[in-house]
Amino acid sequence: MKYESIIGLEVHAQLLTDSKIFCGCSVSYGADPNSQTCPVCLGLPGVLPVLNKKAVEYAVKMVLAVGGTVAPHSIFARKNYFYPDLPKGYQISQYDQPLSTGGSVEIEIPESKAKKKIHLTRIHLEEDAGKSLHSEDNSYTNTSSNVKQKGETLVDMNRCGVPLIEIVTQPDMRSPKEATLFLNKLKQILEYLEICSGNMEEGSLRCDANVSVRPIAQTKLGTKTEVKNMNSFKAVEKALNFEMERQIGIIESGGRIIQETLLWDAEKELIAPMRSKEESHDYRYFPEPDLVVLKFHPQTISGIGGIRSEEKFGTPTITIVEKIKQSLPELPEARKTRFIKQYQIPEYDAELLTTEKKLADYYEECVKNYPNSKAVSNWVMGEVLRELKERKISVSEFKVPPKELASLLKQVDSGTLSGKMAKDVFVEMAETGLSSEKIIQEKGLVQVTDTKEIESVIESVLRENPGEVEKYRSGKERVFGFFVGEVMKKTKGKANPSVVNQILKEKLSS
Amino acid sequence: MAITIQDVEHIAKLARLRLTEEEKLRFQKELGKIIEYFDQLKKLNTDGVPPTTHVVPLENVLREDAVKPCLSVEEALANAPDRKGNYFRVPKVVEKEG
Repeated sequence: MKYESIIGLEVHAQLLTDSKIFCGCSVSYGADPNSQTCPVCLGLPGVLPVLNKKAVEYAVKMVLAVGGTVAPHSIFARKNYFYPDLPKGYQISQYDQPLSTGGSVEIEIPESKAKKKIHLTRIHLEEDAGKSLHSEDNSYTNTSSNVKQKGETLVDMNRCGVPLIEIVTQPDMRSPKEATLFLNKLKQILEYLEICSGNMEEGSLRCDANVSVRPIAQTKLGTKTEVKNMNSFKAVEKALNFEMERQIGIIESGGRIIQETLLWDAEKELIAPMRSKEESHDYRYFPEPDLVVLKFHPQTISGIGGIRSEEKFGTPTITIVEKIKQSLPELPEARKTRFIKQYQIPEYDAELLTTEKKLADYYEECVKNYPNSKAVSNWVMGEVLRELKERKISVSEFKVPPKELASLLKQVDSGTLSGKMAKDVFVEMAETGLSSEKIIQEKGLVQVTDTKEIESVIESVLRENPGEVEKYRSGKERVFGFFVGEVMKKTKGKANPSVVNQILKEKLSS
Repeated sequence: MAITIQDVEHIAKLARLRLTEEEKLRFQKELGKIIEYFDQLKKLNTDGVPPTTHVVPLENVLREDAVKPCLSVEEALANAPDRKGNYFRVPKVVEKEG
């Protein structure tokens, strides 16, 4: 029997603010443990959280980018549970009145080129918890009871209170592949909006999944399980494939799927149940009394919707939903379509160039200075991406600015460099960060276009190889390539190939 | 609505409280009274009253995204029952309930 999987995702994206969601602590990654905390995020008694304006703006950006609806009225709620990395004993999140509902992200199935909409249930704001490091090696002695226990957990509260948006999808994905396609698209949108770094390994983008399977013709849904702890794009696809196979195996052997939470173990590449009790899912949500309602007015006095802040204290309208809407950057799909039209490049090129906002920016900046858009596209997709991959760096770390690439290409057009030479110079530029002019000068790489000089080289080549000349003249035209090669050898590749071809032909037919 | 001993035990467990049998009986009675009071409130006519989540008449209280000085690591760890280096240290926990 053939099966399909039904997958819904819950994605947590860390917003690129400078400070935490409810206090002024820095959120910079990789700081010393517990060096970025304050009484608010440590949950000390008597403190009050105050919502970060930028976190709200960023969340609204995402809602608008995926076509969701910003709720006119939303509130925060306490999600209560005990865990050492949650010092307050509750997480401030949103529950029955989230920031937004609806919206969708479109994916393209590579095989069929079919487009498919993945619908979103909601997007809401919440705070992150701290980070726990578990160890089996050291035993822990309880200071009050003096009981020794195997293993210890070390807690770093730096991440506690970092702003997140949780994006919840409907169960619209039908295979692990579709789930990764969706996740990639989502990451792309977050990066274009510049509201999340999208780095799964650093935990700025995290994902949990609800998975069930059913025979392809069946309409009734199967029992679902929840898979957590997938920390990379590869892990998501592997874990979901594993879970799909596991569920099919159980059904085929006549068993029943139990609704449970499972953890993906990236090292062992398998899934293990989380030993949770039923009661642990009783989070006892209730409205957070320390935070006031978040209201987006459809109409204000000035006629445009917006967030009014501290209005009662005389500071009116600070952010406006309409303004955020207008400030939205061009999104990946729109940019791709524009690239095809404006630069007359194939869809394949446009797709690849717009995968990353920074790469698309690089391309456009280069075309501005060197308008042969297809040539630039070839260079960016070929040489630039190869250099980035080999050096394991991002576009923003790349040492060749787009203007420099443009000026290199101009030198090929003007005949100063051959295509082959340009590629060598480019590698040098990527390595040293020097300009093409500087490298050409230092290496004496200027292409020889001086016909006199080339002519004398050709004459000596012909003189030195009378046998080959004979062969050519008796009709074996394939030897032509041999002469070109010899000339190039003698000029160390600096001779302009079209000049060489032209003179060679003249000399050989005379 | 009456509160059962099982309800008390469940709530105590969620709140990580260990209760004696005597205490369970006492809380059954006290919590029961609170619930009874809500039953009384339920009788009021609330047609036309919007659901209220906050009694303070404020909305959109926000702060600018500005970094402020943090506590020093020593201050942050001052109340920790145990520490290791600059970490809080607790007995090993495996499962996450969040």
